[in-house]
Amino acid sequence: MAAHLKKRVYEEFSKVVQIPHEEAQAKKLRLSKPSKSAALHVDLCKATNSTDALQYLLQFARKPVEVESVEGVIRILLEHYYKETDNSVRLKIASLLGLLSKTNGFSPDCIVDDAINTLGNEKSHQVLAQLLDTLLVIGSQLPESPAVRLRLIEVACKHLSDTYFGVRNKCLQLLGCLGLVDAPLTKDSNGPSSSSGGARDVQSIISNYFADQDPRVRTAAIKAMVGHSGPQILVPILAERITQGLISVFQLQLHDRGMKIHQIIYDQACRLLSDDYEQVRSAAVQMVWVLSQLYPESIVPIPSSNEEIRLVDDAFGKISHMVSDGSWMVRVQAAKTLGSMLQVSSHFLEQTLDKKLMSDLRRKRTAHERAKELFVSGEFSSGRKWADDAPKEKLDSNTVNLIASGACGAFVHGLEDEMFEVRIAAVEALCQLARSSPSFAEKCLDFLVDMFNDEIEEVRLQSIHVLREISTHITLREDQLDTVLAVLEDSSRDIREALHELLCYTNVSTKECIQLALLELLKNLNKYPTDRNSVWKCLKFLGSRHPALVLPLVPELLSTHPYFDTPEPDMDDPAYIAVLVLVFNAAKSCPTMPALFSDHTFRHYAYLRDSLSHLVPPLRLPGRKQVYSLDSVDSSCGSSSVESAQLFLQQSLNRVSSIQNLETAGDQDLLNFTIRDLQRLGELQTELAGAADFCATYLRCQLLLMKALQEKLWNVAVPLYLQQNVTATAAAQQILEETYKLEFLYSGLESRQVATIHHVRLQAKALQLILTARTRQGLDLLISSCEKFLQEVESFQRLFLSELPHLQDSFVDKLLELMPRLVSCKPAELVKILQTTLRQSGLLQLRLPEQIHRATATIVEPTGESDNPLKFTSGLVVALDIDATLEHLHDPQNSVKVQVSARLPENLSFSKTSFESSFFNRFRLQVLYPDGQSHVIHPKPGDFRKPGPNRHRLITQVYLSHTAWT
Amino acid sequence: MPEIKVTPLGAGQDVGRSCILVSIGGKNIMLDCGMHMGYNDDRRFPDFSYVTQNGRLTDFLDCVIISHFHLDHCGALPYMSEMVGYDGPIYMTHPTKAICPILLEDFRKITVDKKGETNFFTSQMIKDCMKKVVPLNLHQTVQVDDELEIKAYYAGHVLGAAMVQIKVGSESVVYTGDYNMTPDRHLGAAWIDKCRPDILISESTYATTIRDSKRCRERDFLKKVHESIERGGKVLIPVFALGRAQELCILLETFWERMNLKAPIYFSTGLTEKANHYYKLFITWTNQKIRKTFVQRNMFEFKHIKAFDRSYADNPGPMVVFATPGMLHAGQSLQIFKKWAGNEKNMVIMPGYCVQGTIGHKILNGQRKLEMEGRATLDVKLQVEYMSFSAHADAKGIMQLIRMAEPRNMLLVHGEAAKMEFLKGKIEQEFSIDCYMPANGETAMVTTNPSVPVDMSLNLLKREMALGGPLPDPKKPRTMHGTLIMKENSLKLVSSEQALKELGLNEHQLRFTCRVQLQDPHSDPDTLHRVYTHLKSVLKGYTIQHLPDGTVMVESIVIKVSSSAEDVNAKVLLLSWSYQDEDLGSFLSSLLKKGLPPGLC
Repeated sequence: MAAHLKKRVYEEFSKVVQIPHEEAQAKKLRLSKPSKSAALHVDLCKATNSTDALQYLLQFARKPVEVESVEGVIRILLEHYYKETDNSVRLKIASLLGLLSKTNGFSPDCIVDDAINTLGNEKSHQVLAQLLDTLLVIGSQLPESPAVRLRLIEVACKHLSDTYFGVRNKCLQLLGCLGLVDAPLTKDSNGPSSSSGGARDVQSIISNYFADQDPRVRTAAIKAMVGHSGPQILVPILAERITQGLISVFQLQLHDRGMKIHQIIYDQACRLLSDDYEQVRSAAVQMVWVLSQLYPESIVPIPSSNEEIRLVDDAFGKISHMVSDGSWMVRVQAAKTLGSMLQVSSHFLEQTLDKKLMSDLRRKRTAHERAKELFVSGEFSSGRKWADDAPKEKLDSNTVNLIASGACGAFVHGLEDEMFEVRIAAVEALCQLARSSPSFAEKCLDFLVDMFNDEIEEVRLQSIHVLREISTHITLREDQLDTVLAVLEDSSRDIREALHELLCYTNVSTKECIQLALLELLKNLNKYPTDRNSVWKCLKFLGSRHPALVLPLVPELLSTHPYFDTPEPDMDDPAYIAVLVLVFNAAKSCPTMPALFSDHTFRHYAYLRDSLSHLVPPLRLPGRKQVYSLDSVDSSCGSSSVESAQLFLQQSLNRVSSIQNLETAGDQDLLNFTIRDLQRLGELQTELAGAADFCATYLRCQLLLMKALQEKLWNVAVPLYLQQNVTATAAAQQILEETYKLEFLYSGLESRQVATIHHVRLQAKALQLILTARTRQGLDLLISSCEKFLQEVESFQRLFLSELPHLQDSFVDKLLELMPRLVSCKPAELVKILQTTLRQSGLLQLRLPEQIHRATATIVEPTGESDNPLKFTSGLVVALDIDATLEHLHDPQNSVKVQVSARLPENLSFSKTSFESSFFNRFRLQVLYPDGQSHVIHPKPGDFRKPGPNRHRLITQVYLSHTAWT
Repeated sequence: MPEIKVTPLGAGQDVGRSCILVSIGGKNIMLDCGMHMGYNDDRRFPDFSYVTQNGRLTDFLDCVIISHFHLDHCGALPYMSEMVGYDGPIYMTHPTKAICPILLEDFRKITVDKKGETNFFTSQMIKDCMKKVVPLNLHQTVQVDDELEIKAYYAGHVLGAAMVQIKVGSESVVYTGDYNMTPDRHLGAAWIDKCRPDILISESTYATTIRDSKRCRERDFLKKVHESIERGGKVLIPVFALGRAQELCILLETFWERMNLKAPIYFSTGLTEKANHYYKLFITWTNQKIRKTFVQRNMFEFKHIKAFDRSYADNPGPMVVFATPGMLHAGQSLQIFKKWAGNEKNMVIMPGYCVQGTIGHKILNGQRKLEMEGRATLDVKLQVEYMSFSAHADAKGIMQLIRMAEPRNMLLVHGEAAKMEFLKGKIEQEFSIDCYMPANGETAMVTTNPSVPVDMSLNLLKREMALGGPLPDPKKPRTMHGTLIMKENSLKLVSSEQALKELGLNEHQLRFTCRVQLQDPHSDPDTLHRVYTHLKSVLKGYTIQHLPDGTVMVESIVIKVSSSAEDVNAKVLLLSWSYQDEDLGSFLSSLLKKGLPPGLC
């Protein structure tokens, strides 16, 4: 059984274990032009029937084709095309033509005519559509040729009247993509009048098809109008948010020329919003949005009244209406779109949360309003009585508007939607709108808090995140906080942590709120002890945000009494620590607070300040020695200190740049001191830690290198070689290691720095080579390592070709000069040259990049050497929880490795292991067993969470299993 | 003009006893066959003698459709089919078919066994009645006969509730039954496509209400239960066995799961277990969340909710109990209530409306001392909460459905007259369509304007398409030539040649000829040539030929020139055109009458 299980385990993980090696480079076929085309030609001629021909073509399509033979192949295909009677084969040929035109480096202008000619006699609609698609490819490959464009547009216009929808679709797409996207170009060549005429034509031609009988054509027409150009034209923020539905350039240009055509299109677009088909409606929502972004301020009349409103408001109202559409795809689209309409007027915006309630024609207040009133009147409970929500005033039936024109209640509907996709979209839209409008943020608070109770966890999580994002605008009322805090009992860890994060940023209004929050957090801590760190952190922020509110609570929190001494609380109690964290953080900006502390509180402060220094701030305590000096300084002077630190960093670098080699003892000292300074700077100034560390490590490399190369060492007598070699070898090895760290552990490196790092590595390798030459006698070995070194130099040159000018007068520069000689000379000579070059070359100055951060990983779980080791029975599986925070990592899914080493206990009769985990970069999760076996495991992408920018959190489980050790 | 007639036998300006007769295109359909909860006499059931004086219903009805399993929509079904007599098909959805007999049996038991009524339908009758049921699937078009077809749409409200579209030819009626436009914890929202029926028959229970967001209600409910449990109290939730009870169960179950609560939840047995079983089976009828997660876990397989036993009520510690019936008037819920009423830590939550006279109604109105049987009084110390969970569309929901379906006429049933009046006004104002609200026994008549389908021969279509633009421009109607043949109840549009052939007639040609006098000094051929050049310059885009036999052809119009005997200069132009070219011909004749312009060579 055990063996079977083990096998299963291996089977399960065998997939995971594999490290995907890089895709083998596709072998380039070096076929000459005639052979390639000829092969195809022969194949096609051999084909006796259409099925065979299709098979040949399909096979052919799988192979890449050389640029130089593309044209030949196309000719053969075209030739065959005219002969072929079978539609499917012609279709395949047409699609191949498009595929081939995309070949890099091939300019399809030579085949435009042929391709257009094929259209002429084509009878099959499908083939025609495919051919038009090919033309589209060709057209987009030739952006610089207006003549081709004009021709293609003509062709498209000609086929627009085809009866098959696919052909019309393709024509519209062609018009949309090629229809004067670069109008300036056509303007130059044809004169402004003709191009503007052309532009109007294209637009009106496309808009004619808004009323096509086929919904697919209608959709294509709308898409051709709005959906195909790059995001660069739009305000970047909007472009980021909605990647679909972008404005084509020509529309913008039409707008610039002051054409009033847009009004017609807007009306048409609004009419399309009530189309029978969902894809048309969805596209129409996009189009209305695009128009509203283009002409937000133009005025449109309200039908059936003589009032006028801004277009963006009108569009907002119309899109809001679509939030209660019949199709959920449209609803999602509409809800998303609403979020990006930031120019809408505030009263329209606020309507989206408004839903006039009534009961039996009497106005009723919403539960939210009631809650607010209860709060204001000072009463706590709600809904104790039946008919508590009984309607009050009688409504005039004429004023009740059931289908509110405009945005009424759009988000109320969206947030209650059946499909969670719609709800999420609505929550996100709320967030975007609330961020730009504080008053709206205030209003949507109740609704977001309600979403904490959604049935889908994703929605709950999203709404918590959203609330966090807008929390700068709002202050929570007590009843709202109560609802928020209720979620703390959620069994999902993500939800709880998101909520802690939210509480870090929340403003509350009263001291009762603080008390409530503390109470709930302690309850949470009690129920889920694993949340300890998160809860403490949350209280830290809560305290430092609301010192004035914490102050009156202090006696109660610390349970001090004016007359009696109270028992000293247990210092290891997480709940007590939590309270202290809150109090100490509040005390930081409230100097009167320490007066309320009792003696043991001060003792505990000292202890916590040491053990949990990231949670407990330095305090100015009466009668205590100031144990801090620097921290308070840099916390007080903020950004200016960062600047001065940066200046200092730069100066240090400049200072060492003058050092050429370590001839004088002073230089070595200078380097040593600089390294020390930098390290200290990194500790003090967390913003610059990455940069300072990076520089220090780099300088250390240089220092090691220089030391290893010092004159004295190399002139010693032969017998001392050995000892000297040992230090030098060790130095070279260390430099190599450090350079790898430099290259991979830091984010934000530019290729310039990478080149510098590689340069140091190259130097280290040269050093190694020299050492090899001096110790080993085997000539073969020397020759092979020489060759290897030369290859490295070459690859360096290849990799950093663009950086070479910056590396003037460096080791590599000199080496490359001597390269022709090096290649031909003997190893001994080469070593000699290397030695001199190495010693002559100076220190390469490091230029700091803008942003540089060190990638770090903190392992929360498991905590180092655990006291009670994990035991597992051989052949069975045990799961080990891993929880770690990764910072400044790019693409952690691919670059993280956790190493879990299982160790044998002294007593071999038990299969017992203890764990040690460490993070490396560019690795995977690896399990090491005592017998040297190792498993590499990919964490699932779902195990990574992203709590903040440049931060990742890995929460995963490692499965361990091993056979018995005997 | 054809008419659609709608006559409510029940639920006309009233709630309860839903039963609506529709005659459409010569077919008679009965929609729902419910009973009235408020009566115990004959008024309980619809008056079927309205349909047939004293015979069986089978001859008068083409089919019966039941929208959902609530008794006010299906309670009279066995009475109608077995006692009055109906053998035709009865349509209902699968869940309704499964749950309906349970409820009917329960209803029968209460009426016959408890109240001792006689002359009521028997269990066997229920079984026989259910044999006549044909199940429906959502969005499946079922042909009742050659002309009548019905199609079901999702309606929310309760498990298996459906809206039905009834279609005869191009006339159609949609009946909504009861529906809900806002999704809840276990059911989705009603949905219908833009089917543009002639009449939309909609319920209007909440015609004058716009409801608050359901989230507030849910949150309140959960908070109350949670607080009470944390205090160590017991919570009693009186429910009716089906519908809302399941929603509340799901709500509590997920809440318990999320919050990691341990207090037990009990559900009093009886009907419920059977019903829960059906809820488990009909997952496709529930909402997105339940449908998507049932592979991992069926939401109706409750982890925290267990069956209740009478003895549990005395157990110490907190618990939540769902018990029937919903108004605390009898049964288990009342027993538990009596036990728990004395402790102020406990709580009772009334999730629905309570009829006057029941204990539920009394305590909701704040009565703290209750008189029980035998002079005993009961002090009510426990907390009483009211929480409305209702699954009918509110006024906004009704309007939303109208917007979705785009009906030509509206008809309101299942609501109070005064409220209907308000909604009717609103509908007429917003959508500018007619809205009816017939009372029971009243007939609403709607004239329809059905389009008449005509078969067109493909050849003719292709030929006409080829003329002018290849695509029909939807903005402009286009005229076409053809012959309409009415033969044996079918209409055909064919080309005139084919019509002649089919009818065995010879083709006759009608030609117009016309003489135009011209003063022209040139010779005949020259004049003809001048006419040719003139026409060529005027009529661009027409084919104009100068034939060698001394004629000019414009399309099919022939022009000849002859000089009169008396005056050499007076030329006579002979124009001849066929009937089909009348337009062009008359244009040409008037053009030529004006004479040739000078300066033509």
